[in-house]
Amino acid sequence: MTATVAIPSKTVITQRRFGRRRITSLSFAVLGLVLAVLVAPNLSGDDKSFAFERPPDPASITFDPPTLVTAIGILYMVLAVPAFLGARWDRVVVWAQAVSAALLVPLVLGRAHALSDASSTNVTNLLDESLVLCTPIALGAMTGLWSERSGIVNIGIEGMMLSAAGVGFMTYAVLGDGTATGWMWFSLVVAMLTGGLLGLLHAWLTVTFLINQIISGVVINLFALGLTGFLRSEVIVDTGVTSGKALPEFGIPLLEDIPVVGDQLFRGQPIFFLMLLTVFLTWLVVWHTPWGLRVRSSGEHPHAAETLGIDVIKIRYQAVVLGGLIAGLAGAWFSMEASAGFEDAMTNGTGFIALAAMIFGKWRPFPALAGALLFGFSRALGARLQFLGVEIAGFEIPSNFWQMLPFVVTLVVVAGAVGRAVPPAAEGIPYRRSR
Amino acid sequence: VNEPRTVNERVERTMSDGHRAIRTAIDLQPVLVVLYALVLAVLVGGVLIWITGGNPFEAYWALLRGMFGSWDRIAASISRSTPYVGSALAMAFAFKAGLFNIGAEGQMLVGGVTAAWVGTWAWLADVPSVFAIPIVLIAGIVGGGFWGGIPGVLRARTGAHEVISCIMLNNIAILGVRWLVNSQDPIVLRDPTQSVPRTADIAESAHLPSFVDSTPPLSAATLIAIGMCIVFWFLFTRTSFGFEVGTVGANPHAAHYAGIGVNRIISLTMVIAGSFAGLAAVSEVSGNQHHFQPGVFVGYGFDGIAIALLARTNPFGVLPAALLWGSMLSGAGLMQQEADVGIDVVRIVQSLVLLFVAADAIVRYVFRMKGHEPGSALRAAETGAVA
Repeated sequence: MTATVAIPSKTVITQRRFGRRRITSLSFAVLGLVLAVLVAPNLSGDDKSFAFERPPDPASITFDPPTLVTAIGILYMVLAVPAFLGARWDRVVVWAQAVSAALLVPLVLGRAHALSDASSTNVTNLLDESLVLCTPIALGAMTGLWSERSGIVNIGIEGMMLSAAGVGFMTYAVLGDGTATGWMWFSLVVAMLTGGLLGLLHAWLTVTFLINQIISGVVINLFALGLTGFLRSEVIVDTGVTSGKALPEFGIPLLEDIPVVGDQLFRGQPIFFLMLLTVFLTWLVVWHTPWGLRVRSSGEHPHAAETLGIDVIKIRYQAVVLGGLIAGLAGAWFSMEASAGFEDAMTNGTGFIALAAMIFGKWRPFPALAGALLFGFSRALGARLQFLGVEIAGFEIPSNFWQMLPFVVTLVVVAGAVGRAVPPAAEGIPYRRSR
Repeated sequence: VNEPRTVNERVERTMSDGHRAIRTAIDLQPVLVVLYALVLAVLVGGVLIWITGGNPFEAYWALLRGMFGSWDRIAASISRSTPYVGSALAMAFAFKAGLFNIGAEGQMLVGGVTAAWVGTWAWLADVPSVFAIPIVLIAGIVGGGFWGGIPGVLRARTGAHEVISCIMLNNIAILGVRWLVNSQDPIVLRDPTQSVPRTADIAESAHLPSFVDSTPPLSAATLIAIGMCIVFWFLFTRTSFGFEVGTVGANPHAAHYAGIGVNRIISLTMVIAGSFAGLAAVSEVSGNQHHFQPGVFVGYGFDGIAIALLARTNPFGVLPAALLWGSMLSGAGLMQQEADVGIDVVRIVQSLVLLFVAADAIVRYVFRMKGHEPGSALRAAETGAVA
C-alpha cells in the first residue's frame, strides 16, 4: 500500500497458502460439529419465520431453528472435506469456503432469531439496509481501486467524500433552499466535481511534485475536516437550511416486480444505482479496454509502460481524478441521499472502511463490492440484532459489541481467509520519467 | 573566471572547508521550508477569514495571544501539545521499519483505559508515588503495546496489511472502550456517581506531579514526552535493534539476506510504536485528566500522523512540530471568543502547512529558495534515516 511497505511475499516470509486453506476449512468443520451437537439441541423448537418482502402479504419462510442449525452444521462438515483431498480440488475448496461464509448469514440470523421472543423477522429491511449502507463503501473502494491500479496510493478517500458531502449540501442549501429538485441534481454534480478537484490536487501533488502519496492523502483528510467545518459554520448555518429533501426513491420498471429480488435490487435511490453502474463499468473499463490496460500497466511497471508509448503521467492524472469524481458521488450519498443535511465529520471513517473493502477484494471491483456488502451487512445486522435483544447465557449482548462485528470479521478475514493481499507492483513509488 | 552572481555564491566561495562542512551539517533548509510554509498557510487562512467577513489581523492576534500570550497560556499550550508527541512518535517509529501505523488512536485508548483501570485499584492508594506512578505508566505501555502488537504480529505471521488491521482495531477499541466506560448494566469501569460517562479518579498517589496550574496543567507528562523522544533516538541510532529496524524499513529483502529476522522486527516495531502511544495516553490520564474519558482521545491518532510527517519522522523534530500543532489548537479558543473565527480555520492552516511542507517546490518557487531538488524536504522520511 505504501511506498515503504513493499514487504516481499515470496522470499522473506514462507508461503503458507495451503496450510491456511486447511485451517480455514477445519475451523468451519469444527464450527459445524459444535453447531450440530451442542448448539442445535439446546434451541427451542418453536417455529420462526423470515419474511422477504415488504408487508402486506410478504413471501416468507417458516423454519424450526434446531433443524436449520443442524443442517448448516452438517453442511459445514461436508464442505470442509475437499480441502483435504489434494491440490486438484483447489477450485472446489475456494467455492466450498465461499458457500460456508455465505451460510453464516442465515446461521447468525436464525440463531439470533431463535433466542429472541419475536416469532417473525422481516429480512427485507435487513437486506435493504445492507445494500444502502454498502453504497458509499463500494464507491469509496472504486475510488481507491482506480487510483491504486494506476500506481497512486489514496488514503484521502475520506477527505474527498467529506468535502464533497459538505460542498454538495452547501450548494443545495444556498441555491436550492434544500428543496428545489433541479438544484438538487446540480448539487450532486457539484459534489462530484468537488471530489474530482481534490483528486486533481492529489494527482498534482503526487504525480507532478512527486511527494509522498500518504502525506498527500493525510493533507486532503485534514484539509477536508477544516474546510467542511468552516463551510458549515460560516455558510450552511447562515442559510438556515438544516435539512432538506433527499434524492427520490424510484424503481426500475418491470424489474422491480420480480418477487423477492426485485424489491431489493431494483428499487432504490439514484446513487445506489450509480454505485452498481460504477462497479460494473470499472470492471469493464479497467479489465476489458485498452485504456484500462494502460491504467493497470502504469500501476504495475510504469517504465515498461512508457517504453510502449503510454503516457504514464497522463494516465495517472486521469485515473486519480476519475477516482475523485467517484468519491464525490459517495460524498453526495451522505449529505443528499441517506439524509439531506450536513454534520461535521459525517463520513465517520467510511473512507477507511472503503480502503479495507478494496484490499479485501484484492484491488478487484466485484470482490471489493463483496467486501463492501460484508461491511454493509454487518452494520445493518448490528442494528437488527440489537433490536431483537439477543441474550447469551443470561447476558444481553451490548449494542457496542454488535457494532464491533464488521471490524472483527474484517480483521479475521484479512488475516485468515483472504491471505496475502498483493497490491499493484509500482504502487506508492513516485514515477520519474527517465531522460 | 566567472563572477559570483549572488550573495550566496560569494559567501560560499570565500568559505573555508570547515565552514562548508558546518553548513552542510547544520542544514537550515528543512527548517526554513517549514517556516515559509507556515507563512504561506497563514496567508491563505487570512484570505479565507477575510472573504467570510472576518478581520484576519484581529483573528491571528487573538490566536497568537491564545497560544503564547502569557506564562499561563504558554504552559497550557505546552500541556496541550504533550499527548501529540507520543502519538507522532508511534507513527514515526513504525515508519522507520516501513510500516504505516495509522492505529495510534486505538493504541492510546487501550493504553489509557488499562492505566485508568489499574489506577483505580483500591490498594494503589496506599502505595507511595514512587511505585504507584511507574505501575500506572507500565499499565499504559502494556495496553498500548499490546494493541499495537496485534497488527504487527498479524502482518508478520499472516501478511494482513497493517493499515487495515489498524483501522479495524481503532474501531474495535473505540467501541470496546466506550462500552467499558459507558455501560450502566453491568457497571464495568464507569463511575456511577458521575453524570458524564467516565471512570473514577485514579489514586492520588498515581498522579504525575504538576508544575503550573494552567488549564490544562503543565505536568511531568511533558518531561515524559521529551524522554520518549530521547528513548526513540537512542533505540534507533544507538542500538543494533534500531539498525535492524532501519534496515527492514529501507529494504526488507536485503535485511532478510543479512540474516535479520524480518518478522520479529516487524512485530517488535509495532509493539514499541504502540507503547509510545500508550505512554502518551497514560501521561495524559495521570498528569492532566486524572480519570479516563474516551472522548478526550479523539483525533490524536490522525494528528499524530501529520506531526510525524511534518517532523520528517525525526524524534527531535517531533517536539517543535507537536508544539506548533497543540498550541494552535490551544489558542483557537481565544480566537473564537474575540474574533468569532472558529477552530476550523486552525485546521485549514494546519493542513496547508503540511501541504506546503510536502510540496516544498511551491514554497521554493514562491520564496526563490535555491538548492535541493523538489520534494527533498520529505524524502529523508522515506528512506528511513534520522536526519
